[in-house]
Amino acid sequence: MIIDNLTIDKDAFEAGTGWQLKAEGACKGDVCIPLPGEPGSTVDAQQLADLMGLPVVHDKAHGLWSIGPESTGARALTTAQAPDLQLPDLDGNVFHLASLTGQKVIVYAWAPY
Amino acid sequence: MWRKLRDELHPKGVELVTVGLDALGAEGCRPFIEAAEPTHPSLIDQHHVLARLFGVINIPSSIWIDEAGMIVRPAEVAPAPPKPDAPSAPPDMPAEMPGRFKAMMSEVVNMPNDTEPYHEALNDWVEKGADSDYALSPEQVVERSRPRTADIARGHAHFELATHLETRGDHEAAVGHYREAHRLVPNSWTFRRQAWSLEGGIDGPMTRFWQGPSDTDPDAWPYEGDWLTDIRREGAENYNERFKA
Repeated sequence: MIIDNLTIDKDAFEAGTGWQLKAEGACKGDVCIPLPGEPGSTVDAQQLADLMGLPVVHDKAHGLWSIGPESTGARALTTAQAPDLQLPDLDGNVFHLASLTGQKVIVYAWAPY
Repeated sequence: MWRKLRDELHPKGVELVTVGLDALGAEGCRPFIEAAEPTHPSLIDQHHVLARLFGVINIPSSIWIDEAGMIVRPAEVAPAPPKPDAPSAPPDMPAEMPGRFKAMMSEVVNMPNDTEPYHEALNDWVEKGADSDYALSPEQVVERSRPRTADIARGHAHFELATHLETRGDHEAAVGHYREAHRLVPNSWTFRRQAWSLEGGIDGPMTRFWQGPSDTDPDAWPYEGDWLTDIRREGAENYNERFKA
């Protein structure tokens, strides 16, 4: 996720990283990373990322920080539970992968290059 | 091709979700999507979240998800369905093809194509669901998903900065982050092809497929590798991972 301020809303951190901040720690699917205390409504993204092992890349010239994905499990997937992928279609309408629960789904990646 | 397959499979409880990975967003994907006339969700992934979330490193790739929302096969090469209606050709190929495209096409023919085993597996899963030998357990899915080291995770953070800056129109700044992403995630073809496809190199509709130094000003090329150089170094036969039952 890209941010221009390290102090951000908890909700934004959760949406951007895919990790839910709960009493038991930062959780994704059935995996939880323990945290020293339950985060409040705003969080220090750098501190939290460090605790969770998420890389933070700072682009000073543009005043931006990029928080990358976890590598704690040494695999791209931390859990087999599919993330709630949300992406727009050509008209900008956001589609939720979770809306297809109950069907088999083939997610197919392509590119125009 | 995929739309036809989707329309065959949809009555059997299967949906196809196609995702175009392109920093240029809808603008880059639109002609291809409109030509395909999809009957299924067709989405735009401007920042390659499929790479971060699922470990996609090349296209075309697929991820299979069951009725309960569990991944049963992680990102893997997804060859086109067998017996396509028409051969897929790049749009408006110039009558006199430049040498670089000829050289690229002579490499493409040597890339592995596991159409048959892949689509046999797909049909098996559609019929048998969890009882299919090709539906992996949650542990196998995680274990078989692509490696992610701290460096690779950091490379993803650089890549997102690149596409973010690209979206803001700051291409020059984006190049530096693409370069870091390439260094840190050296096996991602999508990270490389995305960046290369934004450099031009030839005029006209084929510009995004050139993916290398221009004939007129080769020194202006800002990347270590390019499509032809990298394919030759790594071997076309290694471009696509083979299907693994």
